[in-house]
Amino acid sequence: MATEEMHESGISRREFASVAAAAAAGLLATACGNRRLYDIPKDKLRAAVAEMEKEYSAKYGKAVTVSDAGPMPGVVFAYALDISRCVGCRRCVYACVAENNQSRDPEVQWIRVLSMDKSKGIDFQDADPYYQPETVPQDGRFYVPTACQHCRNAPCTKVCPTGATWTEKDGIVVIDYDWCIGCRYCMAACPYGARHFNWGKPTLPSDQVNPDMHVLGNRPRQQGVVEKCTFCIQRSRAGRYPACVEVCPVGARKFGNLLDPNSEIRYIIENKRVLLLKQELNTMPKFFYFYGT
Amino acid sequence: MSFSQKFPRFVTGSVQLVTRGNTTYWVWLAVLAVLILSGADAFAAQVRHGLIVTAMRDQVSWGFYIGNFTFLVGVAAAAVVLVIPAYVYDWKPIREIVIFGELLAVSAIVMCLLFVLVDIGRPDRFWHLLPGFGHMNFPQSILAWDVIVLNLYFIVNFIVVTHILYRAFHGRHYNKKIVVPLVLLSIPMAVGIHTVTAFLYNGLAARPYWNSSILAPQFLASAFCSGPAILLAVVLLLRKFTRFEIQDEAVWKIAELMAYATFINLFLHGSEAFKEYYSNTEHALYTRYWFQGIGEHRTLVPFAWTAVLLNVTAFVLFIIPKARRNPVLLYTGCFATYAGCYIDKGMGLIIPGLTPDALGEIYVYYPTIAELRVAAGVFALGFLVFTLMLKVAVPILLGEFHGARDPRAAVTH
Repeated sequence: MATEEMHESGISRREFASVAAAAAAGLLATACGNRRLYDIPKDKLRAAVAEMEKEYSAKYGKAVTVSDAGPMPGVVFAYALDISRCVGCRRCVYACVAENNQSRDPEVQWIRVLSMDKSKGIDFQDADPYYQPETVPQDGRFYVPTACQHCRNAPCTKVCPTGATWTEKDGIVVIDYDWCIGCRYCMAACPYGARHFNWGKPTLPSDQVNPDMHVLGNRPRQQGVVEKCTFCIQRSRAGRYPACVEVCPVGARKFGNLLDPNSEIRYIIENKRVLLLKQELNTMPKFFYFYGT
Repeated sequence: MSFSQKFPRFVTGSVQLVTRGNTTYWVWLAVLAVLILSGADAFAAQVRHGLIVTAMRDQVSWGFYIGNFTFLVGVAAAAVVLVIPAYVYDWKPIREIVIFGELLAVSAIVMCLLFVLVDIGRPDRFWHLLPGFGHMNFPQSILAWDVIVLNLYFIVNFIVVTHILYRAFHGRHYNKKIVVPLVLLSIPMAVGIHTVTAFLYNGLAARPYWNSSILAPQFLASAFCSGPAILLAVVLLLRKFTRFEIQDEAVWKIAELMAYATFINLFLHGSEAFKEYYSNTEHALYTRYWFQGIGEHRTLVPFAWTAVLLNVTAFVLFIIPKARRNPVLLYTGCFATYAGCYIDKGMGLIIPGLTPDALGEIYVYYPTIAELRVAAGVFALGFLVFTLMLKVAVPILLGEFHGARDPRAAVTH
């Protein structure tokens, strides 16, 4: 069955010799119709997702649901972040990890908060991602949280040799963890350091698993594949805010439908001073930074 | 004698050749075997534990493996590009070397493909990019292009060498209708594999160090240095240890061509350095990391200047006719070229390309023992392939070893 190779939880059990065997099995699986999620018809996807639910529920000892909700018509998601409000507390970083089932060891984090010098403005060469003061914000510093910018002209999806990453109709750039071969070309192509690789076997304690999953989002990842922010696809497609938006104590994070003229995101773009990171690269991010005050 | 009789004779003959040899031969094979086993062992651990056994991390997501891959694509390309003077000007002395260039190309491509395989996180899923089985993101992904051209290049060269040797073994001249078109095809393909590999990096706007239009020409120039350097060393060794006769003119001519290539390589590097340093934008950071270091991070600086020194030395040795005719200086020049390009094109291309990372962080990458062992294993496997092919090719080409039972069979065709 196709899902056997697809949902193999990690490579660690395999010995060297069995790699070839696994590849051969993969070839066979292909003949039986194993395809990347992008190509799987809706009805077959439902079956594959049901398999995943069974597997994950058994593995983590709790009822896991894996959504296969598609994009909503008339919706393109966009994000806005108020640089003048962010205090650099990193609550978003940890809420993201808890929500999206990132590996705890080795640690994988989708959001990276950069501490910058107010006198220098946004200057990556002078940014400090490892700031550890007693309290934030520090005098003279401001904070620029980064994550996937969900570019309209995404360099990462263009370079992927297997088509394992693509942009959904609602603008979310997603990865098929079962199709990614781990070549990391997308990581070289990403101007925002948004993509993260599972260098070791990801660990996720059962009591910390978020059982509310999406097939293109926060379901457990395997060793040797790339992952990144999905705008909390399991939440946003269910009409909820991403975890980072909810947790932000100062309300610096805004999220909404770019196509809705009455949305908060549109208000910000039309009325605030907005900037895009590395605008000169023409990646056309759907992640806007702005100065609210 | 039919094909069904001839082919097994060719195979058994080849097996006989590679299983006979003097002590040096067996010691060499033993060394390679040890390195291959050590590499396989390290690779097994890497597959088990993940690429975490390497020094690569999110900040520097490619390292030693991809550096070696890039360098070897150049070797594969340049070895065959020597065919140009041989065929275009029908210059006999170099023509005899062409077959070794093709053998070298075949071995180099084997190493290239292996370096990609050991670098990917899920080698068990390589079939995902095979058209028909998986999904190849062609023509968008330059990596897809690279996979295609490298494999085609491998096939073309493999057919040519096998055909020439097979025919020679049976005492017949190769079929011009097969060989000439394929050799002519392999010339643009050699340029092609290198251009495509350069574009792989060149197309990434996220990495200013690579996103320079001089990259592809510079790749070709450095390939024209490193490829012939190895070839020349092999030819000199063959001349010493076998009856193989290669004229001095051929050797000197190649050395002279290498001098020009080295000059162009240095010139292109210089142009790039001028642009970066004079305009002094924030993009100069990567070049500065390579040549000067940033702050206390100066790991790469000795490598950078060693490469410059080696390349300049090679140029001086090869451009002076008297120097390149001196055997010792000739070897020295070959070594300097090889080492210079290896540093430049391997670590010197990949690491400063990714350091500082996209968000400005400096992560100091230095390959781990595990990485070095895997890489040594891949090199050893490539050298093994090359050694075995040479072991078969040389006696056949010298006519010391052939399979024609009936001598008349050799002339009737």
